[in-house]
Amino acid sequence: MTTANQVLSEVEYDVVGQRPVRPDGVDKVTGRAQYGADLNLTGLLHGRVLRSPHAHARIRSVDTGKAEALAGVRAVVTAADLPFASLNKDELGGDYNRFKFLSDNFLASDKVLYRGHAIAAVAADNAHVAEAALALIDVDYEVLEPVIDVRAAMQDGAPLLHDDLVHTSAMGEVSENPSNVASYMKFDKGDTAAGFAQADVIVEREFTTASVHQGYIEPHNATAHWRADGQINVWCSTQGAFVVRNITADALRVDVSDVRVTPMEIGGGFGGKVSFYLEPVAALLSRKSGAPVKVLMSRTEVFEGSGPAPGSWMRVKMGANRAGKITAAEIELAFEAGAYPGSPVMQGATCAFACYDLDNATVSGYDVVVNKPKTAAYRAPGSPQAAFGVEQVVDEVAQKLGVDPVEFRLNNASKEGVRKVEGPVFQKVGLVECLEAARNHDHYRTPLEGPNRGRGIAAGYWMNRGFHSSVNMTVNPDGTVNLIEGSVDIGGSRASIAQQAAETLGIGYEDIKPQVVDTDSIGFTMVTGGSRTTFATGWAAILAAEDVKTQMVERAASIWDVPADEVEYDSGVIRHKSEELSFTFQELARQLYTTGGGITGTASLDPTGEGNSFGVHVVDVEVDPDTGKTEILRYTAIQDAGKAVHPSYVEGQIQGGAVQGIGWALNEEYYFGDSGQMMNSSFLDYRMPTSLDLPMIDTVIVEVANPGHPYGVRGVGEVPIVPPLAAIANAVEQATGKRMTALPITPGSVLEAEWNGG
Amino acid sequence: MAKVFVPTMLQSATGGVKEVEVEARNVRQAIERLDELFPGIAGRLMEDDDIRPNLAVDVDGEVARMGLMQRISETSEIHFVPAIGGG
Repeated sequence: MTTANQVLSEVEYDVVGQRPVRPDGVDKVTGRAQYGADLNLTGLLHGRVLRSPHAHARIRSVDTGKAEALAGVRAVVTAADLPFASLNKDELGGDYNRFKFLSDNFLASDKVLYRGHAIAAVAADNAHVAEAALALIDVDYEVLEPVIDVRAAMQDGAPLLHDDLVHTSAMGEVSENPSNVASYMKFDKGDTAAGFAQADVIVEREFTTASVHQGYIEPHNATAHWRADGQINVWCSTQGAFVVRNITADALRVDVSDVRVTPMEIGGGFGGKVSFYLEPVAALLSRKSGAPVKVLMSRTEVFEGSGPAPGSWMRVKMGANRAGKITAAEIELAFEAGAYPGSPVMQGATCAFACYDLDNATVSGYDVVVNKPKTAAYRAPGSPQAAFGVEQVVDEVAQKLGVDPVEFRLNNASKEGVRKVEGPVFQKVGLVECLEAARNHDHYRTPLEGPNRGRGIAAGYWMNRGFHSSVNMTVNPDGTVNLIEGSVDIGGSRASIAQQAAETLGIGYEDIKPQVVDTDSIGFTMVTGGSRTTFATGWAAILAAEDVKTQMVERAASIWDVPADEVEYDSGVIRHKSEELSFTFQELARQLYTTGGGITGTASLDPTGEGNSFGVHVVDVEVDPDTGKTEILRYTAIQDAGKAVHPSYVEGQIQGGAVQGIGWALNEEYYFGDSGQMMNSSFLDYRMPTSLDLPMIDTVIVEVANPGHPYGVRGVGEVPIVPPLAAIANAVEQATGKRMTALPITPGSVLEAEWNGG
Repeated sequence: MAKVFVPTMLQSATGGVKEVEVEARNVRQAIERLDELFPGIAGRLMEDDDIRPNLAVDVDGEVARMGLMQRISETSEIHFVPAIGGG
């Protein structure tokens, strides 16, 4: 069995593509890295949040008197302390709903919409007093019937979460009656009905997936200090300091320049820390108490009070002809948005058929509010759910045609020039190369022997994103370069960005000193998410390095008293084009302060050309016929990275995504009681896979260079979570003959399928 | 002339027309031309003088960073697609 990780490179560079030690590695392995919970400011108070025990209730009143009277309590806040409480609905106009939903998810005003919904918060001398004070807050509820399933919430007569605030918006048309369906969108290509009429084989199935959590190991935390001069300083665990700054300012009705956010080291996010919950609450407590306040979530609060990935329902239909070509496909998706509108259903819809070159297809999606926490992003939001349905139907169509599932996918694969269902055309992409790598891999070529075993394959897609990034680079007299960035390092991006800077400057990786700084110290930078950071912030580093190079050439020309266009920069050496004059980067750096001053290169950009990503996963499973337990025997994940800047970190992303997908497929779900309360809000009962549950995840990095990036980079963080759900379901079907259409595929559900002949 | 693709859900307002060629220098002008041909359609694509929050404009395969101000050429393709975030 060949298990080595592979990198299939097109182009080699000096620094890009190497595997240097990460700059933050020593601090993290020695425990010196500073996370939000480690922060202890002088006079710090400790905050705790009171959360709803009900999934759906009207708040009649909140009495904080006894809590405020408790010794050691310094402040108590409720929704009445948020600016929304004192704003006039007419003044807000069309902005009313957006602002109410934003404000109410920090502290509920008139209704609680999920168990765990924040209602009040206390700041006290220590956490024990704060918790004791929470128990003294009296909330009078009118308990209402909850609705926690997406299909139930869509029914006429379902309990309405938002009374008359939410109506179905269908691209500018709004339903007359209020509904839990916040929006509907549909797009198509060709003639889907005619395509199905041409099919020799048609498969149609419904699928469901459960709510799952990102499972980051570090709970949400925030420390805020609202100073007497009006400046609000915030320290927190976030994927995007600027998003925290902007939304906190919005919720508190202050200027963005009044808020300074310092991102601490982050113990995982996976999309879940794009959203945030505590920062404005900590700020309000700080203003009221006059002291800095730190608020931490427990694990139960993370499960019950922060956003999971949405549960979903899907109907997928696909037809193909005897030649093995898909003639038509259709998908209808309904996603749980949680308490407020905004599920990633259209991301799911956009990704659903992206792997296939379809002449005829229809895609539609419903965004539905239910009595669960507002959903948050989770790696490739929406795409894993869609792939769970689509990739199983693709497998079944291939089965009915008697075609190898890899060959069937290759026969229908998207490639450069293919028009997507939503309209735009693919530029250069690497799905075909990934499928060929799967077909040629030792894993796929080795027969799987033994009873109750099955092999599954699935493909996945994520579009990737660019968005804004900024980088400053200052040359030090010792020839090193301080690289200042606003991208939180969640997966090794300090290294991958420093590598691109070093490659561009032609100097050593170890000479680049990357630092992630606060929102006052760097230009606007979007979240670390969307598989954008190594692409976009890396590109900002390249441009800042080019700026440094230009200034270094001008400085050398000034020293030599020659025109700048007679000087060139070549691999870290500044030289005259014809005369015997040259500086190494380090030699010129030493002279900067005595020849006109220091040099700082800057770049701020919002790049296009992000390049789409595809992955293909192969998995072998064995299903115990007596217990229904599914064991992963072997797993290989193949992905187009464009150019792997740091292959070890790309492999880590692929392996991490695959493992999270395995958990999503086999174990993980929010399990709810009849009154809408989560029954498994701890890691004891919410079962994530551990190393003991898994084999080594083998990886193959395919490099089909992205023409939209100077080094061919594509984002890599999200697509690896897309294929595992369907790949495992396909493998289970091979092992048992049962098509598992609901996640998770627990031992109980496998046995039930066996017993029911499902 | 630039080619504007009419979103599926708005094709009822265009009598089933799926593509329209327009003379325009930016996305705003393209929508204005579209609205001249099919009155009211701009209101389905725009809100508060901007593209609807759940929509994005794709020009020649790239999400238009400048929204309504995005320049287009005589050979451009313009699509209205779902706005996408990430994790």
